[in-house]
Amino acid sequence: MNHLRSTMPLLSRRGFIRVGLGAGAAAALSACGRGNGGAGEEAAEIDVSREYDGPAVTLAFWNGFTGADGPFLRDLVDQYNQEHDNVTVEMNTLQWEDFYSSVPPAVSRGEGPDIAVMHLDQLGTNAARGVILPLDNVTEALELEESDFDPAVWQAGIYQDRRYGVPLDIHPLGFYYNKRVMEQAGLDPESPPTDRDSLMDALDAMRSNDIQGHWVSPFMFTGGLTFQSLAYQFGGQLYNEDASEATFDAPENVEALEWYLSLIEEGHSPSDVGQDAEHVAFTNDNNAFIWNGIWMIQGYGEDPDLEWGVAEVPQIGSEPAVWGSSHNFVLMNKQGQDENKIRAASAFMNWISGHSLQWAEAGQIPARASVRESSEFEQLEFQPTFAQQLDYVRFAPPVPGVGDAQGELETAVGEAVLGQKSAEQALADGVARANELLESAQREA
Amino acid sequence: MTATTSDTTSGPSTGASGAAPTGRGTHGAWWAPYVFLAPYLVLFLVFVAAPAIYGLWISLHQWEFFGAPIFLGLENYARLFEAGSQRGAAFWMSMRATGIFVVLSVPLLLVLPLLVALVLNLRLRGRTFFRAVYFTPYVLGVAVVGLLWRFLGDPNIGAINFLLGRLGLSSNIPWTTALPWGWILLVVLTVWWTLGFNTVIYLAGLQEIPRDQYEAASVDGANAWNRFWHITLPGLRRVLVFVVTVTVLASANMFGQAFLVTQGAPGNRTRTAVMLIAEEGLGQFRLGSAAAMSYILALFLMATSLVMWWFFRRWEDDA
Repeated sequence: MNHLRSTMPLLSRRGFIRVGLGAGAAAALSACGRGNGGAGEEAAEIDVSREYDGPAVTLAFWNGFTGADGPFLRDLVDQYNQEHDNVTVEMNTLQWEDFYSSVPPAVSRGEGPDIAVMHLDQLGTNAARGVILPLDNVTEALELEESDFDPAVWQAGIYQDRRYGVPLDIHPLGFYYNKRVMEQAGLDPESPPTDRDSLMDALDAMRSNDIQGHWVSPFMFTGGLTFQSLAYQFGGQLYNEDASEATFDAPENVEALEWYLSLIEEGHSPSDVGQDAEHVAFTNDNNAFIWNGIWMIQGYGEDPDLEWGVAEVPQIGSEPAVWGSSHNFVLMNKQGQDENKIRAASAFMNWISGHSLQWAEAGQIPARASVRESSEFEQLEFQPTFAQQLDYVRFAPPVPGVGDAQGELETAVGEAVLGQKSAEQALADGVARANELLESAQREA
Repeated sequence: MTATTSDTTSGPSTGASGAAPTGRGTHGAWWAPYVFLAPYLVLFLVFVAAPAIYGLWISLHQWEFFGAPIFLGLENYARLFEAGSQRGAAFWMSMRATGIFVVLSVPLLLVLPLLVALVLNLRLRGRTFFRAVYFTPYVLGVAVVGLLWRFLGDPNIGAINFLLGRLGLSSNIPWTTALPWGWILLVVLTVWWTLGFNTVIYLAGLQEIPRDQYEAASVDGANAWNRFWHITLPGLRRVLVFVVTVTVLASANMFGQAFLVTQGAPGNRTRTAVMLIAEEGLGQFRLGSAAAMSYILALFLMATSLVMWWFFRRWEDDA
């Protein structure tokens, strides 16, 4: 049991009241939430521990797991509720888009969840807006440490020297291949391409059998995420050091996008690929390779007619790299927060994190190394392959406005893929739009 | 629609002549009409007027749910007109997209339902069945319709291109990813989806036109076109005002179809104004800027409504 001094000033009701005087409750929330305000000096003492033994509380737990992974989490929550008499976790699942648009207004009214799951690229924005709480004292009390997590994902949860998220999982892009299509082209379905040469050889073999092997999508799924992985592989960066400016049009990124577009020019992909068409074509044996998120393990696994396998994303550029994101537990900066709920939510967070093997079965890579290194995880069919990519997975920088800036990057990639603009022009235009968003998000923070 | 009671229907009982049955009402208490109005007035004030004024207030601020709103005056508006502003450029592109959609969809949504209504108004066998057929898509949610047409129109794997290919026509038309195809698909799906609503309104209007006028016209030797032009169309005048107004506003508020079918592609060229406003306000929490955008859109729609109102009044005067 750890009873550590809290470094979580935002929970101090006195702090709220003091800053709130004359400025209105919303202003108080904001002043606190922005971390470096006056209330930051007030250290509340909240004792967080691994087990919660206080009075009975009900926790509102929100997330966006509407897919095949949702039921796995619900089972975990049910199990938690059965094992804990004094905590009732009520899980509420929304579409991610609705989730991100409804959580901040709800929290600003003192409603909404007590604990939630957010993507890594949303942490900076929500921390800056004061929607979520710094968790340094929680992770300290729970003895969650970088050494038990992947360092990259652990570092990515830090915004302005404070931790805002506890990573639950890591979900990188992965390489999916259709064995039947490979066989049609006379390729060995057990040895998928690993680099540029072997990929091009495979694609050429398929083309000579009238198969377009790697469809290029103009949308985020999967074109945008594939491009981001390629950009990193070509040595590019999407943002400058402090992520105050976008650098989409750096020469390496342009080169990466041009390579991606060459798949269309050389006939390895049709032009004008519609939303999800590459995915439908993959399941219909019309498309052999797809770089898609680890979450598709569930989706493809449910298709009995599909013969498929997974591998690490082939290395096209000079260095191995792959896009990734992570689901992180966050606690809400609700007005008049009940400290017991913070305690209970922290214990719940720790429990789920410890049971993340069950979460891995839903198709994710557990963020905790101890779970990842367990023999049970190693025995899963696909996930360990993708886990090999953790050494070089890349995350979006944790700054406000990055989620919106990424949207402009997707638009730019789409414009180039659809032949509206050259790769260089599309990326440069995207920089202009993204910079305006980054600048206003960081000015407002 | 009860608003369709045309003056041509004035039968023996509804004129102002004689002992008006409404006469007694004037002897009631002075506040009686207000009591009857109250339920609507309360709803209107709470859900329309107050939010509209509050929105105007928000549009003058930097307003993001969190933090005290910062008063900006007209800066949110000015930014949209500023040269070189990315948000401004995006906004006007979305206004243009909205305008294109209105211009393409409204004429079809006025004419086709009228034709359908004229046919369904005939004494055909099974006309109830056909009425249901034309109205059925309208009851579907936009998510269903959007997903359905997204896959029908998919450039590579869609049914439309497949069928075109079977007919020996071009089978790789980019219905969801390039222009003008994107607009064509969005208009066709919107017409298919909402045609039934206008048809039902027209049908109600057609049934209000007294048959004896047609009979009299036939006796006078008027042909079908003359009967349509001189009896049906004038008889539908008030219905038309309603249909035109509602259709223009609905098309100008188009959001779900583009959001689901094209995602604004190519680039952001099919991203409508409402789509951008939702993104700005609910995605990025720039409520002040989003409110300013909504007010500019609203001004455009008010101006359009005024022009239509003026046009129909002139028509009424001429008639």
